[in-house]
Amino acid sequence: MKISFSPEDEKFRAEVAQWLTQNLVGEFEQLKFRGGPGDEHMFPEARKKWEQKLAQGGWSCVGWPKEYGGRGCSIEQQVIFNEEYARAGAPGHVGHIGEGLAGPTIIAFGNAAQKQKYLPGIVAGTELWCQGYSEPGAGSDLANVKTKAHFDEAKGKWIISGQKVWTSLAHESDFIFVIARTNPGSIAHKGLGFFLMKMDQPGIEVRGIKQLTGTSEFNEVFFDEAECDADDIVGEPGEGWAIAMGLLGFERGVSTLGQQMQFQNELNQVIDIAKTNGSHQDPVIRQRIADAHVRLKIMRYNSMRMLSDAGDGGLKKEALIYKLYWSTWHRDLGELAMDVLGPEAEILASAPYNLTRLQSMYLFVRSDTIYGGTNEIQRNIIAERGLGMPKEPKVQLK
Amino acid sequence: MEFSFTQEQKMIRDTAEAFLAEVSSSEAVRTAMATEQGYEDKIWQRICAEMYWQAIHIPEEYGGMGLGYVELVVMLEEMGRYLLCSPFFSTVCLGANALIIAGTPEQKQQYLSEICEGSLTATLAYTGKNGQWGADAVQATVIPQGDNYLLNGSFRYVPDGHTASLIIVAVRDEGSSGEDGISLFTLDAHTPGVSRTWLPTMDETRKQAEITLDNVIVSKAHLMGAQSKAWPQLNKIIHLATIATAAEQTGGAQQILDLTVEYTKERVQFGRPVAGFQAVKHQAADMMLRAEVAKSAVYYAACVAEEAINGGPLAGELAEAASVAKSYCSDGYFKNASDAIQLHGGVGFTWEYDVHLYFKRAKSSELFLGNAAYHREQVAKLLLD
Repeated sequence: MKISFSPEDEKFRAEVAQWLTQNLVGEFEQLKFRGGPGDEHMFPEARKKWEQKLAQGGWSCVGWPKEYGGRGCSIEQQVIFNEEYARAGAPGHVGHIGEGLAGPTIIAFGNAAQKQKYLPGIVAGTELWCQGYSEPGAGSDLANVKTKAHFDEAKGKWIISGQKVWTSLAHESDFIFVIARTNPGSIAHKGLGFFLMKMDQPGIEVRGIKQLTGTSEFNEVFFDEAECDADDIVGEPGEGWAIAMGLLGFERGVSTLGQQMQFQNELNQVIDIAKTNGSHQDPVIRQRIADAHVRLKIMRYNSMRMLSDAGDGGLKKEALIYKLYWSTWHRDLGELAMDVLGPEAEILASAPYNLTRLQSMYLFVRSDTIYGGTNEIQRNIIAERGLGMPKEPKVQLK
Repeated sequence: MEFSFTQEQKMIRDTAEAFLAEVSSSEAVRTAMATEQGYEDKIWQRICAEMYWQAIHIPEEYGGMGLGYVELVVMLEEMGRYLLCSPFFSTVCLGANALIIAGTPEQKQQYLSEICEGSLTATLAYTGKNGQWGADAVQATVIPQGDNYLLNGSFRYVPDGHTASLIIVAVRDEGSSGEDGISLFTLDAHTPGVSRTWLPTMDETRKQAEITLDNVIVSKAHLMGAQSKAWPQLNKIIHLATIATAAEQTGGAQQILDLTVEYTKERVQFGRPVAGFQAVKHQAADMMLRAEVAKSAVYYAACVAEEAINGGPLAGELAEAASVAKSYCSDGYFKNASDAIQLHGGVGFTWEYDVHLYFKRAKSSELFLGNAAYHREQVAKLLLD
């Protein structure tokens, strides 16, 4: 057991930090600490330009293999990159769905043509992606997908109809990957297909969902006979479930450590306020701040265990608990931030409903324990896969 | 970055588990805890002679195995799982650590060698009746008298204090306060003026004692560390013991989870095992989360402890790592043990089932060396003051 980084890795860390210091300036200065969850709607154009700047510096898709345009970084280097990126206050990746989800799925399951067609745009930061999984009737129960796909022989295209929901950044995206039912009458996880689709076409309509923050980074996406090229289904029709599940595996990983550095930035902000307004002398606030610090520290150690064990294959226990742990921590931080602010917590940045960063965080964290598998679903997964406890009895549908 | 156990560390863990499953069964624990001594000589002798665990992290020059704090923590986790009744914690995590950190070359040569031989048990006494765990805990006093020292005062909550042959005591100069004026001495338990009284405890698996010093005279050879300035060393010893306690807590938090899952899978109500009910599964999931998170905290702290003893870039994190681990593990173990009683239903409230042994150990180890709130305040001082 050894937890320090090698001298080569530390050299890499200095290189990342230096590049960020030199380049996160000028027009990009305004992006510092912006664009994370709850702030995704901010500065989309400037963030796209930043993404392209990263690509020019060779800092996009650092974990991807070099043959696909990535940097081929080791896990340690990816961790370091994500940590330094967040430490510098560099903005949330507007292209993170392409880099973290669509790209790795195409690399793992796509054919040569799909790789050639889609990967360069993701690496260059010029083409943004969104994710078409959830539906009004299929949130955590993804197997309940109703969106349909059928192949039109005359047009030589797949025709997609249905509705997706909670689609982050759909309004900014160039492409969407969609799970739809290819086999009429199929149920649950059988008979699904995995499609790569262009957003800018007549059959797709995007409607923003106004969130309790007053802003819209989630959307509803409606498909009315939208088209997908015959070549743009990943894998075989009916096998979309396996690909979707493979993709969910990519959601966890090295980026968690960068996420924690953002959490650290938020906690530091709360600590600064507490020291300024004197609430740091309140014994209860002291306990809660210390508790937040303790649990954030251990979040980092959890991730380090998760990454160190990654080579053994299979999901380790510390990976199972990860989502439940961080989402609950972040929700608690939101509440702590408001209590530290006291009555000042209520005062908006400006009318009509412009929130400060901490207010926005406080409201947005209520979604952390819901999206990506609710805490309740996470607990079922932990109990069933981690502890071997029996599944819920199935209700027979008529 | 390899934050996972090496093959050798896994082997140590598996060997420890197999041995403890044999010698520290529920029956063995119940036999040992019913005695005033609190452990069975023959099991302690097997641990020392067959397993050589007491020597695990003692340097080779004194006859030890010279392994690291991570290896020690691996063992402690298993001991916590099996509620091992033995003077291991007091001798190794208090006595040996104190000697390693603050002992003179002569003291190390004599006492560490005797610990390795299995002929000496030891403990540390520093906390007075005020029940504090920081520097203010030290209330007993010392007055230099020529080449000797005169010691007076009393200590409570001393693990195995009534049975250990070597007691390392912390005392302070008369009139001093806080971190000033603290000295450490080695003290033979049979020195005239030393009286020791067993304090019967709610958690019977670990024995505590009160120790009173009444005009005890010791020579200069018994002084450890720097006279009147030993707080940094004592503080380090306390941090190391705190991490060791957290390791035991982690093992307990895991074992009580395993026992609970096993029980709920067997217990049938309304025509199915209660483990199938979501209300039960969700509590068990939270228990697993706490056990896993506790392990991350303790393994990290163990790596820090290793560097604090032998040098390394993380050495400066010792105080924080100890408080991070102890605050999380104290809450986590207690919550797991209390949930375990609930999930065991009526039998969880009985003497016959082992759940209560874990519930009681969880509380005693939570209170020992500072509870979660105490350690959070230590963290708050680092962050906020």
